[in-house]
Amino acid sequence: MTTIEAPRDERDLRVVGRSLPRVEAAAKVTGSIAYADDIVLPGMLFCKLLRSRHPYARVLSIDTSAARAVPGVVAVLTGHDLPVNYGIMPTCEDEHALEHEKVRFVGDPVAAVAAVDEETAQAACRAINVEYEPLEAVESIEQALIPPDDEPLHDYAGPANVHRLAALEFGDVDAGFARAAHVREDIFFFEGNTHLPMEQHSATAQVVADKVTLWSSTQDPHYVHRALAKVLDLPMGKLRVVAAPHGGGFGGKCDPFSHEIVVCKIAMMTGRPVKCTLTREEVFYTHRGRHPVLMWVRTGVDADGRILAMHFRSALDGGAYGSYGPASTLYTGALQTTTYAIPAYRFEGARVFTNKAPCGPKRGHGTPQPRFALEVHLDKLAADVGLDPVELRRRNFVKPFSRTVNWLRITSCGLEEVTNRVLEASGYARRERRRGHGMGFAVSSYMCGAGLPIYWNKMPHSECVVNVGRGGVTLYCGATDIGQGSDSVLATVAAEELGLWPGDIRLVTGDTGLTPVDLGSYSSRVTFMAGNAAREAAAKMRALLVGVVADEEGCAPEEVEVRDGKVGRMTFEEAATLAEERFGVLSAHGTYTPPEGIGGRYKGAGVGPSPAYSYSAAAVDLNVDPGSGEIRVNKVWLAHDIGRSINEMAVRGQVEGGVYMGLGEALMEAQAYRDGLHRQPSMLDYKSLTFLEMPEVETILVETHDPEGPYGAKEVGQGPLLPVIPAVVSAVHDALGVWIDEIPVTPDKIVRALDARAKGKEARYGPKRFPDIPYPDLVKVAPPDAAPAAL
Amino acid sequence: MLRLPPFRFLRPGSVDEAADLLAVHGARAMVVAGGTDLVPKMKRGQMEPEVLVGLGHLSELRAVHATEGGGVEIGAGVTLAAASSDRRVGAGHRAYSRAAALVSSPALRNVGTIGGNLCVDTRCNYYDMSVEWREACGFCMKKDGDICRVAPASKHCRAIASSDTAPAAIALGGTVVLVGPGGCRREVSVCDLYQDDGQFYLAKAPDEIVECLRLPPPGAWRSSYVKVRRRGAIDFPLAGAAVALAMAGPVVEGCRIVLTAVGSRPFDVSAAGEALVGRELTGEDGLLADVAAEAAKVAKPLDNADLHYVWRKQMTRRAVVQAILEAAGHSPALAVRA
Repeated sequence: MTTIEAPRDERDLRVVGRSLPRVEAAAKVTGSIAYADDIVLPGMLFCKLLRSRHPYARVLSIDTSAARAVPGVVAVLTGHDLPVNYGIMPTCEDEHALEHEKVRFVGDPVAAVAAVDEETAQAACRAINVEYEPLEAVESIEQALIPPDDEPLHDYAGPANVHRLAALEFGDVDAGFARAAHVREDIFFFEGNTHLPMEQHSATAQVVADKVTLWSSTQDPHYVHRALAKVLDLPMGKLRVVAAPHGGGFGGKCDPFSHEIVVCKIAMMTGRPVKCTLTREEVFYTHRGRHPVLMWVRTGVDADGRILAMHFRSALDGGAYGSYGPASTLYTGALQTTTYAIPAYRFEGARVFTNKAPCGPKRGHGTPQPRFALEVHLDKLAADVGLDPVELRRRNFVKPFSRTVNWLRITSCGLEEVTNRVLEASGYARRERRRGHGMGFAVSSYMCGAGLPIYWNKMPHSECVVNVGRGGVTLYCGATDIGQGSDSVLATVAAEELGLWPGDIRLVTGDTGLTPVDLGSYSSRVTFMAGNAAREAAAKMRALLVGVVADEEGCAPEEVEVRDGKVGRMTFEEAATLAEERFGVLSAHGTYTPPEGIGGRYKGAGVGPSPAYSYSAAAVDLNVDPGSGEIRVNKVWLAHDIGRSINEMAVRGQVEGGVYMGLGEALMEAQAYRDGLHRQPSMLDYKSLTFLEMPEVETILVETHDPEGPYGAKEVGQGPLLPVIPAVVSAVHDALGVWIDEIPVTPDKIVRALDARAKGKEARYGPKRFPDIPYPDLVKVAPPDAAPAAL
Repeated sequence: MLRLPPFRFLRPGSVDEAADLLAVHGARAMVVAGGTDLVPKMKRGQMEPEVLVGLGHLSELRAVHATEGGGVEIGAGVTLAAASSDRRVGAGHRAYSRAAALVSSPALRNVGTIGGNLCVDTRCNYYDMSVEWREACGFCMKKDGDICRVAPASKHCRAIASSDTAPAAIALGGTVVLVGPGGCRREVSVCDLYQDDGQFYLAKAPDEIVECLRLPPPGAWRSSYVKVRRRGAIDFPLAGAAVALAMAGPVVEGCRIVLTAVGSRPFDVSAAGEALVGRELTGEDGLLADVAAEAAKVAKPLDNADLHYVWRKQMTRRAVVQAILEAAGHSPALAVRA
């Protein structure tokens, strides 16, 4: 039971690669799945949070007596009941479930009420009297760089309200610029936006016999489990976190949240189950979405358009708390090198605290902003040197099985092929050139899972158990299906190995009490990591069953076929029963840990390495009305290097979802503030695409068979979003000759750029200056020997 | 979720009875038909009626009658979906049926009524927020506060008139029948239903109920409505222009222009259209641009709606040009840059 069968000939795959409905699809569309908010337990209380009305204020006192007197109120909590700080990253545990000293944004939780119903809890929240001393709010990146009159938001980091600084140099950047035939600089801004999941966050806690169970719409129950143990001061073994069936994550449910901690605490205090479901407005405040990022980029090329050096600066508006901020900051500089062979690269990044809802990871975490800047910058650079923008890119593409200047290991790479396929399908080179019509093109890449966990530990990143008993197969894995289809991936992998169908596999996932660890659904890691763990576990089980059947049938194991519900001549059930008779409990496990040596060893090297990278290319065809600036996107072509599709239908769904979200960010979405208040915390006023605006998407899948991915598979959850945004900007320029260097590209910005051009000014809308940031001294890192060398 | 606060629901047997109930309960009461505007606003604490007088069940409000000469009388309880697809309405009053078809989304048009859209609350992104948000902001004069947040020097509320159908009804010379307590009825022009105050935007008495909309026979008038908004499947207008033209061959004999979403009431700016009278519409000279610029002078957008207010002003001019060309039967593609 310890030897794994050598990989079978993958041309013989029977389930992997098919287009099949997802395993949970029928239950979702018929309404029979219980999402977190559908959970109802006997005697359950309803919890509401009282949130700050001030962007920034000291809490002088909190009087809860009137709230406690409201009939039906069972518990009222303040920060004094939950004094332990926490945060997703060990370097910035700067949050409290309820703030009792200082509030840092409108929406920051300060108190909680549990009552017999939601109306009573809400009314009691309004009866809580909080005395505040307002402080001067920090509303912009520029303001955060200036020492505040009052005090910085946090008592760590700095100077002023700077949270995090990074400065890295790989290779000799100055020398590269000195040799350049042409150097170009640009400034870009990407406004923040939010995940907008259909499902609002919900958490329910129950205490039975001293053990706390939390059901929550979370993407990573493991990290919530850890945070709860810390804040509630309970051993991990007393806590169980279950990721409920999910109505959309996109990165917005990756942090441990106040409401999750509060319901556990109240359940512990009262002995009654407690639920808290956020309103849509609260979801906007809970946020952890796309950082607003101001960017400056300078690139030098030789006479042939080959990049000699690049210098990229970013400034991230982090909002009120750390969240994933240190990682987000480094991500704005990490993946420029995974599409283009940059021989000398300097990155300086900064994240600041402001009095806004905290930013964090959203689909593409920290990379859509620099990808937009980089791709548009290269379009402009191509025009400067008289090269076709696609040709300029091609001359700089990374090669498969290479190493970037910042030490990232590239394995399979379909960059050339996704480019060719999109160009071919879209007819980009032959596009109709007329005022008001344009096409744009861009490429990108993304990680198949972060190479390192969020906190330092040596556990496997993913573990799987496959049990067979009484003829049935159950797969246990901590991975969490947030709608991306991870359950289907696990079931498909197990079915492939065991000669069954995905629907034959019973799944237990995302449950810290019942499943082995998986770090969670973030960084596009599940197919690659949990997929490999599942494959190992299922292959071991297969070998065990084959061995038993071979003995029984008196043949060699290699002669036993496992397919179509049969093991050799026996049915799967017969084989399973025979094996159980011989061995007792039939259990096999698999684990996945990313390989060593996929990244560098410098400070900051933890962000960017991944066991593999996916590649995407997009072409966007659109019309812009030159009178109004209104955009109609006609079609998007998206080619994606998936490595291999585990379930082609699910892959296409993720591509279309990524394109949808990318277009929303490109054209409309903005988590914007005015005087410290969110401008549009509702689904009517926060604009995102409706069916009407969503164009046809032509998805082209390129299979490069990654040597380490399960069956060669790579990620698809995040990558396809990335090239869409710069391709839209490029297409608008193609249509009207104006550059919109700020996301989102809204009609008013286009008209302003057109008006500027009509007045003889620069045909552009966008930021004009990049602030002076006190970046630290550069950490100079010698490039790896095999890094792209300047010609 | 946001919870609907408690209220008392009354189910009158007739419109007359409904008006009497409004008189009895005074400021504590409101009428409700489709509820698409009212219900979310009750959840957000923008409206706090203790008593709701239901109109949705009154079949007398749900009839459409053709009147002599091609006119039409539409009951206030007719849904926007029904009104927009009714051929008796669309035949001679294109601007109106078009406007009704452009309100919000299909789902809300199936519930929302034409009376509700004429009376729809003015909008402002300092006001269309939860009570918690408005409290954080310090409230505004339209609800619970005393100053206008978008124009602090303003003596009156600057929330934006956001009815799509009102400008169309005005351009078509429409009237409404109002029912007051005691069965008292009066007919007023749709234009006179409004006043330029975002808070007190309706010029009728609080206990008067819109019973029906009357659109007169169209005669030689041809009309259209152009709506500017971010997303064509849901949003409120950022600007809107209803135009009715009387044409004699290629020559304009009369021109009415009414704007919405440019101030706290729909504005009849037909005076700007007089420059077109006696002229041929070609769409190619500067005449339309001049007319549009004159018409849009009244538009003073502020930073209390979607997108930049300068753009909204520019788009008001553009909507006027497009609506004139559409009304004249020209292709919108002819629209010149206003």
